[in-house]
Amino acid sequence: MALLEVKDLHATVGEREILKGIDLAVKAGQVHAIMGPNGSGKSTLAGVLAGREIYHVTAGQVLYDGTDLLEMAPEERARQGIFLAFQYPVEIPGVSNMYFLKAALNTIRKNRGLAELDAMDFLNLVREKMKLLDMEQALLNRSVNTGFSGGEKKRNEIFQMAVLEPRLAILDETDSGLDIDALRTVAGGVNALRSPERAMVVVTHYQRLLNYIVPDFVHVLSDGRIVKSGGKELAFELEQRGYAGLGIADEEEAVGKP
Amino acid sequence: MTAVSEQTGAWLASFNTQQPAAAWLQSLREAAFQRFAELGFPSTKDEEWRFTNVAPIARARFVPASGPWGYSLGEYAGVQLVFMDGVFVGQASSLPGGVEAGVLNDDAQPYLARYASFQRNAFVALNTALLTTGAFVRVARGALVELPIQLVHIMTGGQADSLAHAQPRSLITIGASAQCTIVESYVGTPGAYFTNAVTEIVVGEGAVVDHYKVQQESSDAFHVATMHASLGRSANFSSHSIALGGRLTRNDANVTLSEGTEATLNGLYIVNGTQHIDNHTEIDHAKPHGTSHELYKGILDGKATAVFNGRIIVRKDAQKTDSKQTNKNLVLSDEAVIDTKPELQIFADDVRCTHGATIGQLDEEALFYLQSRGIERAQARSLLTYAFAQDILDRVKVQSIKDQLEKVLFEKFHEHAA
Repeated sequence: MALLEVKDLHATVGEREILKGIDLAVKAGQVHAIMGPNGSGKSTLAGVLAGREIYHVTAGQVLYDGTDLLEMAPEERARQGIFLAFQYPVEIPGVSNMYFLKAALNTIRKNRGLAELDAMDFLNLVREKMKLLDMEQALLNRSVNTGFSGGEKKRNEIFQMAVLEPRLAILDETDSGLDIDALRTVAGGVNALRSPERAMVVVTHYQRLLNYIVPDFVHVLSDGRIVKSGGKELAFELEQRGYAGLGIADEEEAVGKP
Repeated sequence: MTAVSEQTGAWLASFNTQQPAAAWLQSLREAAFQRFAELGFPSTKDEEWRFTNVAPIARARFVPASGPWGYSLGEYAGVQLVFMDGVFVGQASSLPGGVEAGVLNDDAQPYLARYASFQRNAFVALNTALLTTGAFVRVARGALVELPIQLVHIMTGGQADSLAHAQPRSLITIGASAQCTIVESYVGTPGAYFTNAVTEIVVGEGAVVDHYKVQQESSDAFHVATMHASLGRSANFSSHSIALGGRLTRNDANVTLSEGTEATLNGLYIVNGTQHIDNHTEIDHAKPHGTSHELYKGILDGKATAVFNGRIIVRKDAQKTDSKQTNKNLVLSDEAVIDTKPELQIFADDVRCTHGATIGQLDEEALFYLQSRGIERAQARSLLTYAFAQDILDRVKVQSIKDQLEKVLFEKFHEHAA
């Protein structure tokens, strides 16, 4: 059985329909890439899965481990093992990264029937995971994402994912704004977390990230629908021919951006 | 008789039944009472009181609390003066070097009522008219006082069938180059009463002073307080006003700067239910090269109302003044109301003055971020609310106050979030 099953999903923002019938099945151990031009609905799909309130599901169904995901509050989804790496991680002045992460981890552990970690065990765990992302421990004592560089924010997302150990990770444009060194580090962190028990949905505009995180499946999203699915070679095809080569209009390409 | 004189006249009994005082104090009281009678209680037509209606205080009949008072002092190696209902009940027995502390006496004459003027403010006039005792602390030139000087005001609320009032008065003089911390705390037992406090602080040249006022009056109490600090050349003064209690609170915090003085005014007010808090501050740059920083933050819930009025005066002589004022408000409910107003009066031409005010709700994106990591929405709300207050707490240097406030805030926001 698939861990995540999306069936004919329709979603709107305000009056506008963004998702117009998405079907997707993701099994544990698989990495699925969702590619598509700007405005195709990639981030909406990620947002609907994580429970963002601004999206309104008008039709269809999402099953997570066989249960109705759309009925769950965002925090409940997180406790059930869903993790969204934000495209734009939020700065929260006054809340320390350490406090935040410990609160999150212990809530999730409690839900899994595990004992809460004390300060010492938590610190040991965190130190180990920080190495994975090549992060400075000083970041732990700072406020969540506050004053972090773009690269530090993205690394912090994957670091959180490493600590929280989700069953389903959704990476929303985790590559955007990263230089090649940071991209390698972040991708390295993600790859270290690949496991037969864990599924990943990697949302990206560009094929570049997929050189480092090699997906099992690639889906191309256009105007709220998956118009093409295939193996990792589909990403290379996109890289060669562009969205236009597949007959898909890309707003960005249309105005002459790379 | 007009309504105004009826209201002020009701205080005549309190005025007439006071213990007699030294001639200088007696004439000060008389002048103050006369001014009080002339001014009457302010109304909302008065610009300074536009958003704060003191009619519930003006209409009520308050009597001095009559005790008996019993208070056992804890162990404290620093200066601690304790007042109950405005009556002195005791002080810590040991005094650190360079400090004289006790109740007001004739030595106070050159300072008392010279800084907190009763000409403009009826409440200051009333306090001065009813001045019988008060805290008097003198820090000698060059003294370094390690432990905070604590002025503790406890209101018992008086008898069940009457409304008690207290007129706490404090005078603190700090010699040149001295360094000390002053903590004024106001607490009360449940019930209605009226605290009307005046604090004067005289800071000598080059002295470094950290001042705290922590107001945790009962939720039915009226609390009106004026603090005036007169700051010497190159002195460094910071004041932190924390307001948590009271049904109706009005705080005036005024500082006058000299050449090269650095002044900081910070404030945190947290109100819910039908609480009303009005913070008026006045920073008077009288001389050149003064620096002032002001940060007031408010958290409003329920039907609470708050006022912030930040006046900054830069006089003609006060060139090279650098002044920054910020007021930030977090509004947690649809019915809470905040009125915030900067009031800049600048008469010098080579100065830098900035001001800003914000009124906002909790950031939805931040709430979602926390929720997406498994943190319940209610907990996320309290976490973000707590975080909003955090930078004021970070500026509190006295660990015991910090701990106490963190505990209070934690409990408060937990109950808010529920």
